[in-house]
Amino acid sequence: MIRTISTEEITANIREMCIEANHYLSLDMGKALKEAADAEQSPLGKKILCQLEENLVIAGDEMIPICQDTGMAVVFVEVGQEVHFQGGVLEDAINEGVCQGYRDGFLRKSVVGDPILRENTNDNTPAVIHYSLVAGDQVKLTLAPKGFGSENMSRVFMLKPADGIQGVKRAILTAVEDAGPNACPPMVVGVGIGGTFEKCALLAKQALLRPVDGYSQIPYIRELEEEMLQAINQLGIGPGGLGGTITALAVNINTYPTHIAGLPVAVNICCHVNRHVVREI
Amino acid sequence: MDSHILTPITAEVTKDLHAGDYVYISGTIYVARDAAHKRFMDVLDQGEELPFPIKDAAIYYMGPSPAREGRPIGSAGPTTASRMDKYAPRLLDLGQKAMIGKGKRTQEVIEAIVRNQAVYFAAVGGAGALLSKCIKKSELVCYGDLGAEAVLRLEVENFPVIVVVDAEGNDLYKTAAQAYIR
Repeated sequence: MIRTISTEEITANIREMCIEANHYLSLDMGKALKEAADAEQSPLGKKILCQLEENLVIAGDEMIPICQDTGMAVVFVEVGQEVHFQGGVLEDAINEGVCQGYRDGFLRKSVVGDPILRENTNDNTPAVIHYSLVAGDQVKLTLAPKGFGSENMSRVFMLKPADGIQGVKRAILTAVEDAGPNACPPMVVGVGIGGTFEKCALLAKQALLRPVDGYSQIPYIRELEEEMLQAINQLGIGPGGLGGTITALAVNINTYPTHIAGLPVAVNICCHVNRHVVREI
Repeated sequence: MDSHILTPITAEVTKDLHAGDYVYISGTIYVARDAAHKRFMDVLDQGEELPFPIKDAAIYYMGPSPAREGRPIGSAGPTTASRMDKYAPRLLDLGQKAMIGKGKRTQEVIEAIVRNQAVYFAAVGGAGALLSKCIKKSELVCYGDLGAEAVLRLEVENFPVIVVVDAEGNDLYKTAAQAYIR
């Protein structure tokens, strides 16, 4: 049975999701920050983590965005094969939702229309949209506004198969160490291993969407996530990069089959304002 | 050590600030980031005056979210300072005394800080809602066409920052991690 969904409904949802994502973090992120504040050993680090908790409260109570960098809107759209869209082009509907959300939510317009000419589009469009076709008659929208303090510190490493898991570990630690204070630690580290050049970057982005209190279903990857979190927190970078025992809140790793000749690894770093909202329509 | 300072931030003030100090700033600070700094350089290249008095000025690297009605400003946390590294030494040599941002600086900037008895402060990245509460007034100075990148004049009260690079060139980012490396 074909199910018809109006593109106006998509626009209305994206609008609300932009506003929600920029004022409230998911429960797992709030919990992780609280646990970090309790565990941090540096007095200054602890103070900073408490300020970040206070910042979240002010953001939600007074409707002030958690961070002034309200990001470039990254949207994942999973479309059920039984869905038929009515009312206009889906991409236009999503961008209209971003435009309305950033205007009505008093969010910062941080998108330039051309990477070299750099003129602001003034409505935060276009979004970066990733579509996938799935079974069923529903549409799942995930909106993740991405700030660029941490995006700028993200990396892709095209390793050799011989580099193996040691090479992957080195790549993750290199990216985090180079990012240091610039990425607004404590960070969430999304890692993609496998696929192709662009696939591993997408895996890393998707890894940031996973709950920070969850773990990979693949046993050795779960161990790697735990080992890397511990290793990152031993770097001493700390909250704000000002020294401490909490540099990352989580390391989430997603994997995919790859070519016999390659071992692509992407490290997508997100600050503690790891924003994402999911809705199913 | 915690301390309270007032703007303008002179060499008399910076000489008592040390990397790691927690400082509350009150007074007038200016806001400028990448695009505005690029224009400052063009203005200087043409032999013209900067749009605000640079001597003993504090520049906050920041691009706020829009203010809701009745509020002076929206979310207002620091942006990554390294993007201003190319421009900062020239402004410091003209008398700017303080920079507020987040993240590492180049050796050239640190040398310019020492040469001019200046200071680099970090504000807490990603605490834009909290920091906005210390901003009592915000007005446009120039470059309104740049939107979130316009130059602003802010009146701040007890705006919390941490000294990262002091006038002697000590860099907290280089030393702070040492005690916690395991």
